[in-house]
Parts: sequence; structure tokens; C-alpha cells
Amino acid sequence: MSSRPTLDHRAKSHLSYFIYMAHRVSGLLLACFLPIHFFLLSQSLFGADELDHYLKLTDFWAVKVGEWGLVTLLTIHLVGGVRLLMIEFGTWRGLRKGWIQVAIIVSIISGLLFLALAG
Amino acid sequence: MGLIIVKNYFISIKNLFDLTFTIPRYNSTMSETNLKVKVWRGAEQGEFVEYLVPRNSNQTVLDVVTYIQRKLDPTLSYRFACRVGMCGSCAMTVNGVARWTCRTHVAKIVEGDALEIAPLNNLPVIKDLATDMREFFNKWKGAVGFFKGEQTRHDDFAIVKPDSEERQLANAGIECIGCAVCYASCDVVASRSNYLGPAALNRAWTLTNDVRDTQQLDRLRAVAGDAGCHTCHTHGSCTERCPKQLEPTAGISGLKKLVARAAVRGTKWGKL
Amino acid sequence: MSTAIHSSAVLQAKLWYAQRISAMVLGLCVAIHLFIMFYAIRGGLTAGEILGRTQGNWLFAIFYEVFVLACLVHAPIGLANILRENFPRSSGLIVLPWALAALILVLGTAAVIGVFTGGVGR
Repeated sequence: MSSRPTLDHRAKSHLSYFIYMAHRVSGLLLACFLPIHFFLLSQSLFGADELDHYLKLTDFWAVKVGEWGLVTLLTIHLVGGVRLLMIEFGTWRGLRKGWIQVAIIVSIISGLLFLALAG
Repeated sequence: MGLIIVKNYFISIKNLFDLTFTIPRYNSTMSETNLKVKVWRGAEQGEFVEYLVPRNSNQTVLDVVTYIQRKLDPTLSYRFACRVGMCGSCAMTVNGVARWTCRTHVAKIVEGDALEIAPLNNLPVIKDLATDMREFFNKWKGAVGFFKGEQTRHDDFAIVKPDSEERQLANAGIECIGCAVCYASCDVVASRSNYLGPAALNRAWTLTNDVRDTQQLDRLRAVAGDAGCHTCHTHGSCTERCPKQLEPTAGISGLKKLVARAAVRGTKWGKL
Repeated sequence: MSTAIHSSAVLQAKLWYAQRISAMVLGLCVAIHLFIMFYAIRGGLTAGEILGRTQGNWLFAIFYEVFVLACLVHAPIGLANILRENFPRSSGLIVLPWALAALILVLGTAAVIGVFTGGVGR
């Protein structure tokens, strides 16, 4: 005897659900990152040298990977968010599957662009 | 005859002390093409029981369930009515996805030779594949998903232009037959027991666009709040799964804007 | 309908509205920020480079403070929605969105003042 089944991954295997989850997770992670980001930049209050001291931390490759992740997450959240605004405020044109594809592609490009520019 | 042997095979597995395994699964009297169908038996607690059902071309999941009940196990409980995709009574969870079983061809969704059939999610189970639909329809009422006008038979007909924006918005959502597939597919319904759900909200939306209705402010109040439209987080399963291709996400988005405006500025019917 | 439910409904509607309006602001800010960032990180990033652009620059200061205020509205409401959905019985968790709001406002404004002034000393 067991409990009746509940909604599992099979019910959620569609594009709209995927981008909803990506948008939610990216938002959550960005919200966690934001105070850290502001804290680092606020060290500029103590002068350029103090800020530089903290910026040097970003030279570690682990931090660079984190930054790449954040740029990608930010782009997902941006494009996924614009899609939601289109759904909620724009003329109704379905679940905007095109925007989902754009979100995925643009966030990959964004991440690659970061890697290329950050060396 | 072959199927009775198969049934005995399953019963003999269950009797762990009975070491006589009679006949292997497939013998020459059975075709190779059998479906292995797991069906939920029980209520909130229960188990999946596997049945072997002969596979045919042009077979729907409803055909499969009916076969099981008529030929293999008469104690199986399930619902259907029209069996031609008009009434929505046969909605069940097939391979994890809510569908109308009479409109779901086995060939389209079978995984190898396996099917898993369970009752609709998010609704209490009465028995096996039949769910208690009362909360679904109570929420419809709770969202003021019913019409009330002020004219009587003695008045002239109301003039409603079919091409007006409001009528077109209403028409886009009024074909709902209350099958609960959207309700069963919704994460928010699963996590919040009082959430009105996509069908009730969709109906409320069509009625906010009915110029004859006189309960608009009550309706807006009913669909506001924690259990209302703003709790929808737009994951879109309702729109994805509706067997009539209705789009509750559209109606809920419309309600979100309307209720927000009613809360902040007020609408032509008043302020929240 | 009781007043308690009523005011909660009005609050929910206003929170939704505020989050969407701030989202529209952020849509613009984030897009601009990404462009600025891609421009700025070319060949590495130093404090001197950052401050060289932002110090005394009123446009940057106003832009980024608007950005901070939009985040202040948008992120805590988003977090509150997630918490309410996943921990419906833990009403005490409301402290987390408030904490996030405080951090964003204080640290964010500090960051804007910092890069605008280029340092006020210890």
C-alpha cells in the first residue's frame, strides 16, 4: 500500500514549465547574490584601493565561473521576465513559446560573451 | 484462456509461499503485442496493479480501461459517458499527464508497451479512477462563476455585439465543460488547497466580460486575495493541457490586471 | 466579506502590481546594465576604471539608485511569493523578505554613494 501518485516530472515536461522554473530559480539565486554584489561595490566608500582589494578576489577562477553563472542567470531572468510581462500585459498571443527559445539562446550568448570579454 | 493463465501467474507471484509458477508470461496463444497497463486501485492509499491488455490499432486509453473492467477485473471503478470527446467525464492521469482517455490514442502515448493510468491529481479519490469533483465545482461557485442579470422575460433582449472586444474575450473561454484536466495539472492547486484554480478563474473571467452580468464587484472580490488570481504563477500547464485548447492563463492574466486596477484605482463597477 | 480578508486581497493586488511595475523598470535597467558591464569588463576590471566612469557622474548615480530602488521593490516581493508557496504554514518566514529589502536598500545605496564619491574614507 502506498499513497496515490502526485504531480511529477512527467506533468511538468513542457517548455512553459521549464522557463517558469528557470525564471524562478534564477530570481532566487540573483536575490541571494545581490546583497553580496552591493557590499563589494560599497567598499568604494573607503576609496579605490579598498575596492581594488575586493575586486582582486574576482581573479580566482571559481569566482569567474560564478560571475559567468550570474550573467547567464540574469539574462534568463530578464528575458523570461519580459515574456511574463508580455503574457500579463501584452495582447494575448499564447504562452509566447518564441520568447522561451529567445531566452535560452540569448542567455547562452550572454554567457559566452562574458567569457570572451573577461578573458 | 491465455489471459486467465496470466491472471493466475500474477496471483501466484503474490502468494509468496506458493512456489508453483505455472506458465511463462507469453505463450503461443497470446500475441506478442500486449500492453502492460498499471492501474491505480484503492483510494488515497492503494497500489498500482498491472493488467495485460491485447494491443490493437486505433485503441484509446478508454478502450483499455473498459477492457480491463469488462474482461479482467469487474471491480475496477472509473467514469466515462459520451466516449467521443464532448463531455470530459473520462479525464484521468495517463503516464503522469492529465488527459481525456477517450481522445488519447494508446499509440501516441505508450512508453514501449507500458501504460500507467491513475485518477486525476489534486482531487480526492473516491475509488480507483473516480475522483470527487465537488471541490472543483464548489470553487467555480466560489469564484462567482455563474451568471446573474437584472432583466426579466418582460424586458427586451439584451443587445450584445458579437464582435465587441468584451464578447470576443468571453467567447474565447466559454467552451469549458468542467473536465478538471487543467485543475489536475496545476502546481498551485496542488500546493495551496484553497486556490480557486484555472477553470473557476477562467469562468469568472468570461463573466467579467459579460456586459449583462450584475455581480462584477462581488466577482472581483471573490477572485482577489490569497486563493485568487494573483496566486497563479504562470507555469502554463493549464493552457498546455486543456483538451479544448482553452487558455486559462489568458483569462487569469486579464483578471490579475482587472483586480489590481480595482484595488488601486477602481473600475467602472467600483473599488475593491 | 470580512475586512480582514478584504484588506489582504487589496494588499495582494497591490504587491502584484508593484512587482510588475518594478519589473518593467528593471527590464530597462538590466538591459542597460548588461551593455555597460560587457563594455566595462573588456580586458579586466579595476577600481580605478570603475570609479573613473562613475565618480562625480550624476547620470550614473541616478540610474543606479533607480536600479537599487526597483530591486528593493521587486526582489523581496518575489522572495515572499516563493516562501508563501513553499512554506505556507511558516508565517514567521516573512522576516526574510524584509531582511532582503533592508540589505538591498542600505548596501545598494551605499554602493551608489561609494562609486559616486570615490571614497569618504574610514
